[in-house]
Amino acid sequence: MIDEELVQLLTPEGELVDHPDYACSLSGDEIFSMYRDMVIVRRLCNESTSLQRQGQLALWAPVEGQEGAQIGAGRALAPMDFTFPSYREHGIAWCRGVPPEQVLRLFRAVSTGGWDPQKYRHHVPTIVLGNQVLNAVGYAMGVQRDGAEEAVLTFFGDGASSQGDVLEAFVWASSFNAPVVFFCQNNQFGISTPSSTQSKVPLFRRARGFGFPGVRVDGNDLLACYEVTKAALENARAGGGPTMIEAYTYRMGAHTTSDDPTRYRVDAEVEVWKHRDPIERTKALLVREYQMKPANFIAVSEEAEAFALKLRDDVLAMGRPDPLSMFDDAYSEPHPMIDEGRREMAALLANGGE
Amino acid sequence: MATTTMTMAKALNAGLRRAMEKDPKVLLMGEDIGKLGGVFRITDGLQKDFGQDRVVDTPLAESAIVGTAVGLAIRGYRCVCEIQFDGFVFPAFDQIVSQVAKLHKRSDGVYNMAMVIRLPFQGGIGAIEHHSESPEALFAHTPGLRVVSCSTPNDAYWMIQQAIESNDPIIFCEPKSRYWEKGEVNLDAPPHGLYDAVVRREGSDVTVVGYGSSVKTMLRAAEAAALEGTSLEVIDVRGVAPIDFPTLVTSLEKTGRLVVVQEAPRTASVGSEIVAELTERCFYSLRAPGVRVAGYHVPYPPARIEEEYRPSVDRVLDAVDQVMGFES
Repeated sequence: MIDEELVQLLTPEGELVDHPDYACSLSGDEIFSMYRDMVIVRRLCNESTSLQRQGQLALWAPVEGQEGAQIGAGRALAPMDFTFPSYREHGIAWCRGVPPEQVLRLFRAVSTGGWDPQKYRHHVPTIVLGNQVLNAVGYAMGVQRDGAEEAVLTFFGDGASSQGDVLEAFVWASSFNAPVVFFCQNNQFGISTPSSTQSKVPLFRRARGFGFPGVRVDGNDLLACYEVTKAALENARAGGGPTMIEAYTYRMGAHTTSDDPTRYRVDAEVEVWKHRDPIERTKALLVREYQMKPANFIAVSEEAEAFALKLRDDVLAMGRPDPLSMFDDAYSEPHPMIDEGRREMAALLANGGE
Repeated sequence: MATTTMTMAKALNAGLRRAMEKDPKVLLMGEDIGKLGGVFRITDGLQKDFGQDRVVDTPLAESAIVGTAVGLAIRGYRCVCEIQFDGFVFPAFDQIVSQVAKLHKRSDGVYNMAMVIRLPFQGGIGAIEHHSESPEALFAHTPGLRVVSCSTPNDAYWMIQQAIESNDPIIFCEPKSRYWEKGEVNLDAPPHGLYDAVVRREGSDVTVVGYGSSVKTMLRAAEAAALEGTSLEVIDVRGVAPIDFPTLVTSLEKTGRLVVVQEAPRTASVGSEIVAELTERCFYSLRAPGVRVAGYHVPYPPARIEEEYRPSVDRVLDAVDQVMGFES
């Protein structure tokens, strides 16, 4: 993973290192606050995996290992920026203020979205690979037309990087100089397919061919992810156009709870990445440089446990939606087939069809 | 009443212009729509008057035309996307079906996917491969979308404006073989609601239903049938999804006989839906099974033989004979 082009500000051992283009601008308190975010998001992830195993969620897409990339990028956002996630950006949803139980509505199969995307300025999850990247560029073209100083941050993975929509989005963002930042989490696998099948060159180098900068950042380095994303967003807001960021990371868990990663990767590889864990290296930094005490970390752990208990309660309290709600918001304006369907189902339900 | 005579192409152009004057959030996006004015000149002169930010000459990627329109809709813009030809809509099919059709629902009504996707469709212009198709059933089948088709300059002028004002996404099917035919346009008021079916010619023996290019074919057939003493009621469906069934039911209860005309292949088509629905609603009024006059179940043929594929006046009359001959 040692790569001279990889931006790293914090080593896996938790030591600060210099970089010619980026420097850590965060205070110890800010880093600690981001550490807390990572711990809570990991706890959210593990609790959700348990909930799925207990039959309380239809599916879960684990984010473990990618918290550094997501909290780094998510905390670099300005409030008015807009984000377009794929389906694994639980850390971004957290940073945007989406209530965690709303993140789980999709996975509990009580909703096909989950939250109010305008309220949190965080688009609903996109499962069809790469669609959201074009949507993000369109939104950015709207920002441009409004003359607003806002940026758009969109997420996809190494797998989706092969989708036509992602590459079309690169063309459009470049042609129109759209204020968008493409954040690719290269977590090494598209389900079982290694990233080497998606690209024979490092993904970030693709950007240059489309006419905008690409940066590869250590995706398990919270500080580097924060600084690189912050700079790219500022550049976009100032009219500098798009940037692609490749956060080089590793999906510690399965693709989803339906997956069995032991069929396509070896334990030794997972062990190597355990030593690069974003949470542990940030903790080491906080102890070494900022004299954080065990009590500080214990408090975060306790908070995460309480968070998980509440999350579980909130999820278990989510009942089955009213079947008639499927007719709500299918269209904006009145539609005879919606009225007819609603009437038909209401009659069935009234006759004990429920 | 201010009326003027213009072609359907010009009427669409004038309708787009009026919509853009009325609402600064209306944008046009498409390939070659700016300087060139579009390959059919539907957007002629609009970039000159409204600027490159509102009439956007896009890179050549249909998925991106629609995919970015989604983002612009989230931001509050209303895009009118021009797909250059029917056969080129399929790269955008994913965005249309996966995002455009679903995002109002998936955001619990927070987003409006207000956009119009203009589709020059149907054949009859002697074009080469992929330039003459009728994919409307694919969109009519997709919940979340609406589909309309104009058949006259007056409808073109008003329906494009009504579609742009709608908060739902609309596939706007333009019969390209009728672009250059002239008709009267009333500039004062829309003649009908966007989804209203309209009786173009009253009759008593057979209800003949179609849309787009088929309307003119049906009217010619009605003239020919009248000479032989058969009275056809010609209905322009206009709203392909949803279909204005009450208007069709009223007609069919009068005539008892149904012929549906479309260029699209017959199987699993809009015509199939019309026949099925009207059979359910009008079963006791029917004097004969509904008959579809449609394209065949083959890829659209080379244009030198397309007139044997497209519904002709003769084929419509044969179908009329069939439903008229069903009872003694």
